[in-house]
Amino acid sequence: MRFVDEFRDPAAAREVLARIRDLAGDDRFKFMEVCGGHTHTIYRYGIEHLLPPGVEMVHGPGCPVCVIPMGRVDDAVFLASHRGVIFTTFGDMLRVPGSHGSLLDAMSQGADVRTVYSPLDALRIAEDNPDRQVVFFAVGFETTAPSTAVTLLRARAEEVGNFSVFCNHVTIVPPMRAILDSPDLSLDGFVGPGHVSTVIGQRPYRFVPDEYGKPLVTAGFEPLDILQAVAMLLVQIREGRCQVENQYTRAVTEEGNPAAMAAIAQVFEERPTFEWRGLGTIPASALRLREEIGAHDAERRFDLPGVPAADPRACQCGEVLRGVIRPWECKVFGTACTPETPIGTCMVSSEGACAAYYNFGRLHREAAEALSR
Amino acid sequence: MTTTSPAAASSAGAASAPTSASSAGAASTSASSTSASSAGAAGREEQVFDRIEAFRRRAPRLRDEHVTLAHGAGGKSSQALLEAVFLPAFQGEVGTDQPDAALLEPVAGERLAFTTDSFVVKPLRFPGGSVGDLAVNGTVNDLAVVGARPLGLSVAFVLEEGLAISELRDVVADLAEAASRAGVAVVTGDTKVVGRGAADGLYITSAGVGAVPVGRELGASRVRPGDVVLVSGALAEHGMAIMLARGNLAIDADIGSDTAPLNGLVEQLLAKAPGTRWLRDATRGGVGTVCNELARAADVTVVIEEADLPVRPVVAGACELLGIDPLYVANEGRLVAVVPPDEADAALAAMRSHPLGSGAARVGEIRREPPGIVVAVTPFGGTRIVDMLVGDPLPRIC
Repeated sequence: MRFVDEFRDPAAAREVLARIRDLAGDDRFKFMEVCGGHTHTIYRYGIEHLLPPGVEMVHGPGCPVCVIPMGRVDDAVFLASHRGVIFTTFGDMLRVPGSHGSLLDAMSQGADVRTVYSPLDALRIAEDNPDRQVVFFAVGFETTAPSTAVTLLRARAEEVGNFSVFCNHVTIVPPMRAILDSPDLSLDGFVGPGHVSTVIGQRPYRFVPDEYGKPLVTAGFEPLDILQAVAMLLVQIREGRCQVENQYTRAVTEEGNPAAMAAIAQVFEERPTFEWRGLGTIPASALRLREEIGAHDAERRFDLPGVPAADPRACQCGEVLRGVIRPWECKVFGTACTPETPIGTCMVSSEGACAAYYNFGRLHREAAEALSR
Repeated sequence: MTTTSPAAASSAGAASAPTSASSAGAASTSASSTSASSAGAAGREEQVFDRIEAFRRRAPRLRDEHVTLAHGAGGKSSQALLEAVFLPAFQGEVGTDQPDAALLEPVAGERLAFTTDSFVVKPLRFPGGSVGDLAVNGTVNDLAVVGARPLGLSVAFVLEEGLAISELRDVVADLAEAASRAGVAVVTGDTKVVGRGAADGLYITSAGVGAVPVGRELGASRVRPGDVVLVSGALAEHGMAIMLARGNLAIDADIGSDTAPLNGLVEQLLAKAPGTRWLRDATRGGVGTVCNELARAADVTVVIEEADLPVRPVVAGACELLGIDPLYVANEGRLVAVVPPDEADAALAAMRSHPLGSGAARVGEIRREPPGIVVAVTPFGGTRIVDMLVGDPLPRIC
């Protein structure tokens, strides 16, 4: 982990912060970090209070856990509770509330739910339990879709007939477009997602400057990465430019990762529509398994209820995900909705804006400054 | 390892018993062919009764390789398990009167400290220790951090039917060795067996009684703004060792549990820094959780300098890969100490001069505002809240 230390160097941070202050002057700027990983870093390192008061970071929809709608969580709970099923999932989906409880609740009722760190772990569980149906709960953007694709190809090649995937993979561009189209938001630019871009590259973001006139800088996940990206956005604005730029050059290329994109294309196809939590139904914004690999598709194998479920009325995750309100402006933030008893998804994942703010950020600027002296 | 020799000796003795019994039987058969008098028949009957009586007096022999429900039924099998596995390990004497309670002798005027804890760790053995080590060290440390010297421990086992006796012996050996390292005797215990599937291998509940020397006062109410926060060594080792030992992560790293008895370290610390305000062993929930408990109890701010936290690079790397904050990872041989500022250097030096405190570090201080919270100042210059842990990223670590 030594290689990351230079991206956490306080002296370098002070330099970039001074540049940001110079560039921003007394003007106000609103930048959206699309990715939940960036949100986490911003609060984890106290970046919000290090930035000048005029530079505000708005948290975007790039938290895979946060955008899964309740109806899909209900389907996951249904699968997990199905007799003979071993349901495998990433740990942060366990606590996401559905309309009749979470996967954690299903576990307490006897469902066999197992946390995995990779879809390949789920495939191994299937191989070890040939008499059980093993379902993997696939979530995430183009970041995680390649590993699901590779796992599915291996399952097909090795004829692991008892393995299937409940696919909830989504793509990053459609929700960004939805946010740019939403009338209630005024942004000055984007800090572009890092991990997704290692797969899809820089090209897909060109519509942001070309069609909407906003600059975008793809950034890494260390605190210095994010500060540098903010400085690069301000430089573009001050120089009157509006482009897609890449701060995360150590990982992201213009073309992305063609092998990963090929695996996605081989296994998945676009869904006509997909419901996003808080953003509503967005056309061509998610992936499903192609016919050729349909034998491993949990949606084909099991008769899922597939009933859309409305969010609790008090929940304002949608407005948080669109960047319209800040986490603490939600009516139930920190009272009815806390990490212990989350109402909305944004309070569940460590990448969720509400959870990150609740866990790390509940400090006034003045208090933070006094303590770090 | 103290158990193996007495246990082996007793089973060897028992193994010779059937051989001698059958040769005696052969001798009596030959006797019956030479004499048919009624007095001879009565004598033979007497001999048989004597033999049965002698056999009954023999220590029951532990023939089983796995724990069965009979070992928990309180009968001969229970006795066999006790005498072959537990008593030799704890220097109990086979065949002597085993009273229902141990008698302890505290010093007049001292307050008694009393604590208990259950240990359900999975796996039972892991790099750096086993559930047996935890059962002793966890309870000894709970006594140590209130300033108590341990007087005696109890251990109660819940065994799952089917557990290998060899595995039980190993755990009991670790437990006995840990007790001897901590300088405390296991003075009472109990064993129950539950059916297969009703427990996971074995669970241990230990309790400890200790005595707090007169004049020794530790507590959150004594903590003041300006006080200094110390930790006794490298953090997050136990939790990460367990996580990696479970083997479901494709991560290989040289990390072992830090499980250790802290009573010696505490005595050394209190000798050199008698003004020490408050101590806590940073077990489940880690240093982050312990500091939150302090912040609330004392109504102060605990400010942690993240750059000063002692975390070995290999542990920090594993935490980073798994997205876990080392502040929340369990330790089983580390304590957090709050000391007055004028004793901070002496306290640090005292800890560092003890083998279990060589990695001790000053990690933060107590402030007045804002009360009830823990704040980390990141190496990056920013600040963040360190809240109570929600959920459980690592279940069954102790």
